[in-house]
Amino acid sequence: MRRYVIRRLAQAAGVLWAAYTVSFLVLDYLPGDPVSAMAGQGADQGTADPAQLARLKAEYGFDKPALVQYADYLGKAVRGDFGDSVATGRSVTSVIADALPQTLELTGTALVLAVIFGGGLALLATYTPLRWLRQALLSLPPLGVSVPTFWVGLMLVELFSFRARLFPAFGNDGLRGLVLPAVTLAVLSGAMIAQVLAKSLSTALAEPYVETARAKGAGRARVHLHHALRNASLPALTVLGVLVGQLMANSVVVETVFSRNGLGRVTAGAVSAQDIPVVQGVIVFGSLVFVLVNLAVDLIYPLLDPRIVLAGQNRWRLT
Amino acid sequence: MSRTLDEDIVAEAALAGPVGHGDWTAHRRFDLARTGRFLLRRPGLVLSILVVAAVLTASFGPGLFTSRDPLTGTPAQAFRPPSGAHWFGTDELGRDLYARMVHGAALSLKATLIAVAVAFVVGGLLGLLAGFVGRWVEDLLMRFVDVLLSIPALFLSLALVTALGYGTVKVAVAVGIASVATFARVTRAEVLRVRQAVFVEAARSCGVRWYGVLTRHVLPNATGPVLVLATLDFGAAILAVSALSFLGYGAAPPAPEWGTLISEGRNYLANAWWMTTLPGLTIAATVLATNRIARALDGEFARAS
Amino acid sequence: MTGTPLLEIRDLTVSYRTRTGRLTAVRGVDLDVHPGEIVALVGESGSGKSTTAHAVPRLLADNAVIEAGHVRFAGEDLTHLSERGLRAVRGARIGLIPQDPTVSLNPVKRVGEQVAEVLRLHGRSTRRSAPLDAVAVLERAGLPDPETRARQYPHELSGGMRQRVLIAIAIAASPELIVADEPTSALDVTVQRRILDHLEHLTGELGSAVLLVTHDLGVAADRAQRIVVMSRGRVVEAGPARRILDDPQDEYTRRLLRSAPSLTVARPRVRPAGASSPGEEPLVVADGLVKEFPLPHTRGTARTVRAVDDVGLTVHRGRTLALVGESGSGKSTTARLVLRLVEPSAGRIVFDGEDVTTAHGDALRRLRRRAQLVYQNPYASLDPRFSIGEVISEPLRAFRIGDRASRTARARELLDRVALPASALDRRPAELSGGQRQRVAIARALALRPDLVVCDEPVSALDVSVQAQVLELLAELQADTGVAYLFISHDLAVVRQIAHRVAVLKDGRVVETGTTEQIFGAPAHPHTRELLAAIPGRRARAATGPRRSEERA
Repeated sequence: MRRYVIRRLAQAAGVLWAAYTVSFLVLDYLPGDPVSAMAGQGADQGTADPAQLARLKAEYGFDKPALVQYADYLGKAVRGDFGDSVATGRSVTSVIADALPQTLELTGTALVLAVIFGGGLALLATYTPLRWLRQALLSLPPLGVSVPTFWVGLMLVELFSFRARLFPAFGNDGLRGLVLPAVTLAVLSGAMIAQVLAKSLSTALAEPYVETARAKGAGRARVHLHHALRNASLPALTVLGVLVGQLMANSVVVETVFSRNGLGRVTAGAVSAQDIPVVQGVIVFGSLVFVLVNLAVDLIYPLLDPRIVLAGQNRWRLT
Repeated sequence: MSRTLDEDIVAEAALAGPVGHGDWTAHRRFDLARTGRFLLRRPGLVLSILVVAAVLTASFGPGLFTSRDPLTGTPAQAFRPPSGAHWFGTDELGRDLYARMVHGAALSLKATLIAVAVAFVVGGLLGLLAGFVGRWVEDLLMRFVDVLLSIPALFLSLALVTALGYGTVKVAVAVGIASVATFARVTRAEVLRVRQAVFVEAARSCGVRWYGVLTRHVLPNATGPVLVLATLDFGAAILAVSALSFLGYGAAPPAPEWGTLISEGRNYLANAWWMTTLPGLTIAATVLATNRIARALDGEFARAS
Repeated sequence: MTGTPLLEIRDLTVSYRTRTGRLTAVRGVDLDVHPGEIVALVGESGSGKSTTAHAVPRLLADNAVIEAGHVRFAGEDLTHLSERGLRAVRGARIGLIPQDPTVSLNPVKRVGEQVAEVLRLHGRSTRRSAPLDAVAVLERAGLPDPETRARQYPHELSGGMRQRVLIAIAIAASPELIVADEPTSALDVTVQRRILDHLEHLTGELGSAVLLVTHDLGVAADRAQRIVVMSRGRVVEAGPARRILDDPQDEYTRRLLRSAPSLTVARPRVRPAGASSPGEEPLVVADGLVKEFPLPHTRGTARTVRAVDDVGLTVHRGRTLALVGESGSGKSTTARLVLRLVEPSAGRIVFDGEDVTTAHGDALRRLRRRAQLVYQNPYASLDPRFSIGEVISEPLRAFRIGDRASRTARARELLDRVALPASALDRRPAELSGGQRQRVAIARALALRPDLVVCDEPVSALDVSVQAQVLELLAELQADTGVAYLFISHDLAVVRQIAHRVAVLKDGRVVETGTTEQIFGAPAHPHTRELLAAIPGRRARAATGPRRSEERA
């Protein structure tokens, strides 16, 4: 067990290193010269002053060979130093750290809403003997994954802020300000959880062991909650591991719609300003969250299904 | 020899029916009656096909749907709510919103098609290579795919936009590259599944060489699920492209990209509801329709008899 | 039999709602089970036997509807009982033993917990006493070391042990009736025999009646007092077991009896291959074959398992050598080694005088051309996208023999050989039945006129009557073309009909080799004798054999 965790942590470090490298390659070495982009700040790049360009190149080390630059940057990144924001001059680490709490609040609430409503919908839809109710419930998740997130936010604002005046349309103030953004963010994730869980529950309910349970005289609710749910929860858990990263990325859209401060707003601003160090920092941070969440998910698997042995290699293996 | 017992009789009855013409390379006998029955029982699917067909037509020949100019408006007619004259209403410059949606379809769909094509070709080739060659090639490629998967898709797209710059095509490429990893995974899984199928070993044991196995057995049997994924990805790409253009990274302002339209309407949310609501509904309907078609392609037709 | 029956099914009709309409699986079935009696319900796949059995405790699929008739159990009509009322009957008064033990236990719950659940649901145990009671029930079901087993998860138990757990669940509350749906079809014959013996003993002790669903007339003949034969949703014949076996009235029953390999008394279908001169060189000689597979790494130590351990065999031209063994005996791996589909870890393979152990390139392709394989599962071995014509001519294409027209002609000729109409050429595999697909697979194997065809359990996925036809076809083809077979099977009764020589495998080793007469007449090795004793239908044969001759006298 401990060996497994250590091994997985080493793997996680490897993935992070690779993610950093990918972001370095994409951001610093794709066509388009980052320095002229920074100097021009999105404006016409031909007008930038050559002397200013040279100064910037020296400052960011772009006059050195690529490998040396990479080694320099990586060395700093390992120590948690992603450089300074081009736009504000503050260190990337502190920019992220300042914006994080609001985004955690938002994504955390959205995740809870998504699990409660998505999971609840799946359970109810597979439990109810009423055909019409089941079909009505099951038609909702496909709808949820088809609507653009930003549009859901705008519709909620129009209905609940401008017409009903129940919740504020923008800003970070308090619990009331959290409701609409969290609901907006939860729609897509909730729909995905509902789809996956409903499917795995109906698969589990068709398994022969469910018939064995019914033949024992177990009732509907017992079969559903006692026998099928635990078997069906694995695919849903896998999706959950992916959803956390997705929620964080979608906060870019939601925070823009509701003009909330947070990591998403910071990211959107950095992309617009071509603030490469901040974008790079956000990407590596996103990757870190993904890796940690999936490590946690992997450690939960064997608790749910005794057939899964922590094998240390690829995720897990059925024996 | 007497073949009499039940299972054979059932199949016998099937064989006794009218048999195809001498040309036995004509694989797929298109069964019109069966397709008609299949569609009749699924009005939602028919509607989805119509929606997608309409959007595709609009993107190639917008003139078929509207004769108005999407870029010039009559200021006197600004902020008209939907009516017989202006189906989707007009915007702050008096431009017809319906005409802008119709012309926007070309831009948004072009971006979507590029995104899906990039993901399908790059991801498909990576997956095929990993699945068919195996060994260290597979390890290397799949570790790379794991890394791509560990970066949330929208973040990866944003990074690419930062590097490539703004514009419809660049946004499309950014969205496409973000789903390369998923395509690579699915393709590899399919190739592995087919490669281990008994009929592939059977082909090998009767002397078929590796390229014959690849082209005649593995590819035809593995592409189905990847095509389904491509259809699903089509909907996802529409959403991702519109999100990026909503954030302002798409085509420059007067161009009527779908996401841009909504983002323009956002400023008049309080007094001109139609400027956000109707474009959003159009996007949702298109995505819903492609997802429904993807579900139909995913073996629904084969299962229904 | 006198007295009121415990279970009385009258005019039962069950149908399944499908998208295209209703499919009636059971039509007007009547069936009685008296207290303490074992009744066997026999039929081939699709006969409606399983649906009938599951209709008793109303454990039918969601889309199944009982259209008509009633199921009276101890005077109560179960077809109209409420769900709550049914829950009191299921498990407590009617136990069910399901088909496949590998998937019928909840994989995430401990075995003891799953047995205790029945006892708790019906108030036979308190929360405190349930664990101990469960262990006692497991012990009664014949599970060795029940305390340990109760704490284990299903995947840690073998198939046979899992079936005993399912039996424990069924008998835990001492029900009056046990519905056993093909309880041992997924198990090896020797395990099947022990489990059925134990079940018979237990139900005798408890006085429970058993409704035993089986496709195997041999099993039915051995175990049941009465037999009910079903075909296409109807009961075609019912009566005391002895009467059904000795004097079947219905044409379908007679055909079933004729084709049941386990009930036929040595009726060799192969011609005695006397013609082969003693000096002739054998076609295949394999020596000291070993195959080791690596086990998943545990704690850093690389371990291997020997699937095949020092196996030697000889196949003569135009003859059939059968490899017999239970699951895991290494028979399929041996076959793949001979064909060079799996690389041997050690040993030597000589094909027609040429050493092919390490052949590659052209030499390997020469082997591929002369040695072909027929698989167990005809549903998996044909590419679903190919037409039958393409399937059959694929080997010809691979070796660039003839042009398209001549290959089509050859495919048509081969279809005719395996008794399929030429119209099948354009069909897809999915449009054919299992038996027809296996004929197609055989046609493909013969396309290159090979010297050797390896048949890997070629009939075990088929219904008995179809089995008989396919075996007959194989024997005919051998007589006509002089092809040699290496025939892999777990079923001794089948082997007896087709093989000239038999090699018995156990744990990767050959324990006994000999002519078919020697193996069946005077088995030397205890494992061979155990396998022979486990063939179902022996008890019935022993009882009816003499009587039949008396009647003739």
